[in-house]
Amino acid sequence: MNFDFSSEDRMVQEQVKRFLSERCSLGRYREVMEGETAHADDVWQGLSEMGVQGTAIPEAYGGVGAGYLPLCLAAQELGAVLAPVAFSSSIYLASEAILQFGTEDQKERYLPRLASGELIGTLAVSEGLAEPALDALEVVSGQDTVTGTKLMVPHGLIADIAIVVARGSEGAELLIVPLEGVQRSAVEGVDPSLAAATLTFSGTACEVLVGSGEGKQAYQTLLNRAAVLFAFEQIGGAEQALNMAVAYAKERFAFGRPIGSFQALKHMMADMYVALKLAESNAYYAAWALQNDAEDLPLAAATARVSATQAFQLCARDNIQVHGGMGFTWAFDCHLFYRRSNYLAVALGGSKAWDDHLVNALPGLAA
Amino acid sequence: MDFSDTQAEATFRETARAWISAHAPTYLAESLSRSGFGSTRTGDFDPIEEAKKWQKAKADAGWACLQWPKDYGGRGATPIESVIWNQEEGVYGKLSGTFIIGQGMCAPTMMAYANEDQKRRYLPKLASGEEIWCQLFSEPHGGSDLAGLRTRAIKDGDEWVVNGQKIWTSGAHYSDYGILITRTDPEVAKHRGLTMFFLDMRSQGVEIRPIKQANGDSGFNEVFFDNVRIPDAQRLGEVGDGWKVALTTLMNERLAIGGSIATGFPEIEALVKELVITAGPAIEDASVRARLADWYAKSAGLKNTGARAISALSKGEIPGPENSIGKLVAGGMMQDIAKYGMELQGLGGLVTDPTIARSQAQIQAMLMRSPAVRIEGGTDQILRNIIAERVLGLPEDMRADKGLAFSQIPTSTDAKRGS
Ligand SMILES: Cc1cc2nc3c(=O)[nH]c(=O)nc-3n(C[C@H](O)[C@H](O)[C@H](O)COP(=O)(O)OP(=O)(O)OC[C@H]3O[C@@H](n4cnc5c(N)ncnc54)[C@H](O)[C@@H]3O)c2cc1C
Repeated sequence: MNFDFSSEDRMVQEQVKRFLSERCSLGRYREVMEGETAHADDVWQGLSEMGVQGTAIPEAYGGVGAGYLPLCLAAQELGAVLAPVAFSSSIYLASEAILQFGTEDQKERYLPRLASGELIGTLAVSEGLAEPALDALEVVSGQDTVTGTKLMVPHGLIADIAIVVARGSEGAELLIVPLEGVQRSAVEGVDPSLAAATLTFSGTACEVLVGSGEGKQAYQTLLNRAAVLFAFEQIGGAEQALNMAVAYAKERFAFGRPIGSFQALKHMMADMYVALKLAESNAYYAAWALQNDAEDLPLAAATARVSATQAFQLCARDNIQVHGGMGFTWAFDCHLFYRRSNYLAVALGGSKAWDDHLVNALPGLAA
Repeated sequence: MDFSDTQAEATFRETARAWISAHAPTYLAESLSRSGFGSTRTGDFDPIEEAKKWQKAKADAGWACLQWPKDYGGRGATPIESVIWNQEEGVYGKLSGTFIIGQGMCAPTMMAYANEDQKRRYLPKLASGEEIWCQLFSEPHGGSDLAGLRTRAIKDGDEWVVNGQKIWTSGAHYSDYGILITRTDPEVAKHRGLTMFFLDMRSQGVEIRPIKQANGDSGFNEVFFDNVRIPDAQRLGEVGDGWKVALTTLMNERLAIGGSIATGFPEIEALVKELVITAGPAIEDASVRARLADWYAKSAGLKNTGARAISALSKGEIPGPENSIGKLVAGGMMQDIAKYGMELQGLGGLVTDPTIARSQAQIQAMLMRSPAVRIEGGTDQILRNIIAERVLGLPEDMRADKGLAFSQIPTSTDAKRGS
């Protein structure tokens, strides 16, 4: 037994961290938020020069084949700087879907270009203003085509391909859809760093990744795997928000003393720390389960997901509180964490869905 | 990262499992599994007797206090091996409650500060459960402000004479020895004038009076010292260094309590799986599921955090103040769980008669014991202070006693006199 990452994994993390600290300050998030650019393209290129996108993609498909453990740690660093790139959509979702469910031919055609960063992928699920019901999707597939509208597709503005969850003849299916020529319109959102779009398909050509009847199961498998990687982005963000709060509380004075000496604030930050530690430990276990395709991956993933969502939302929220009025300004960075924490909390489904997944996965409670 | 057993670990697990299945008191298994938190249930058998018997059997076969050196009654095992042992010991581990304070807190202090002869004399009997130890720290004037303690020790030849009072001393009434922190110099700042000793609880002048607790048990006591004489050879650490010695104990206390801490999760899980509420099976109710998910995530977080601490220990790192989170999370959680488990059963949830209540009133026992978890060994507030100051590096509280000699510090008596 050994419950820590290896020094090789930590080295990957260090490299990514160093690169991001030089090239991906929170100013980059702001550029995207202010509409100066759709995403931080040079950060994306830099990551691909380092091979980060291909970390867990096998060498046979143009990746590094280093597995999920270093990818988790890279995710933590990307989460800490709120990197405005399509990493989560393209790697944890699109690449992962093709890697898990694709035919040999599909893997060979798509994965090398996803691994190199040449292609950007995403996942298109949601349609209306409620959690999508996979049995009643309005985006439908016909013979090698897909028709209908997907609302709020993260990175939909910049993606080259999308994994589209659509209704087939016998239920949900997963399609690979090249997005060239597809009508896209930008949607404003709580997290304005996502290059989010509404995608309208009208008889758009596609190929089947997971056929009708098996889509629902496959989609959940995909969510479970992605949840682990998202959890690392969440703990990265949570830790950074806590660090900001602590740093400010040491500097800012009120009533003749640092605000960090007030117990009400100390205890708030202690609780942020506790939530973060629990989330971190659950994410570590889930990383192991993911890397080893452990039998309890669904439970481990849901557990990591539930804790990480709680931790990031709490840390981002109370970081604003610690900063007082300053925390509510556009100029201070607190709201960037708050924005991202809320995106990550609903991407892959909100807490109600994950509470359910978790309870369903408890031993002896098979749904 | 690898959460599965290595070959050596698997072999160790097999050996442990075989020994346990051959020797464990299987006749207690059913009662033990029904033990509510804070009370060890042994059916018709005496809990202390049974605890001592199991402990002695383990010690004789080399399965007690696994990580201690063999010379002191342990096995010289690795931290991971000791985790494996705990997993395999299962419900029988509940019998060790009686020894936690001695083995988890007094022993590490003895190991760090007692002389070689003393270690060889006292530690093996502590390991085997033949002698039970208690921790005489808290006083009527304050437990959180431990360094404000008043029990006086004055040097007389090569002995010390102790007068004063301790309170909330768990297990004092059945303990053979105790570690005792005293004030030896009131004219210096409060943390500097303290000195630690160990003593025979049957020494002349020691009087023990049990206190009845809020949950009806009598686990803790008042202990009075009336001219009790302690040989200077039983001093632990230098004169005036008692605070430093106490920190060794407290750090281990948080590990001992925090490492294997009960959260109430298995109990609430079992309850909602069998309970049918108005709307149908409780486990199908959305609000029940939401709470269950939250509690599972927290208890898994504690378990996994513990696993990381063990990994750090096996690499030779010293457990730090971050381990304070265990008790902080578990205490509040157990209280919430117990309250919810009771509420789900309506008025029937109030029944404490073990012949009527579900699972022999486990939930009700937790309800009534859990407030103590949030107090003993550092209150929730003190633990948050520790995390804020020692982990996050936030500034200290403003303190009214800063820079004052102990004898000049204001007390509640001064406050009453003033009003
Ligand atoms: C079941 C049980 C078993 C125990 N066993 C032992 C034992 O074996 N040996 C032993 O020595 N002691 C033992 N104790 C005592 C325990 O350690 C103390 O009760 C505890 O440290 C609190 O001290 P106190 O009771 O004096 O409360 P106080 O210190 O008076 O605290 C009262 C309240 O004030 C708050 N408070 C105090 N200081 C601060 C601060 N700086 N910031 C914010 N809030 C503060 C506390 O959090 C608490 O809410 C036991 C207690 C219990 C309940």
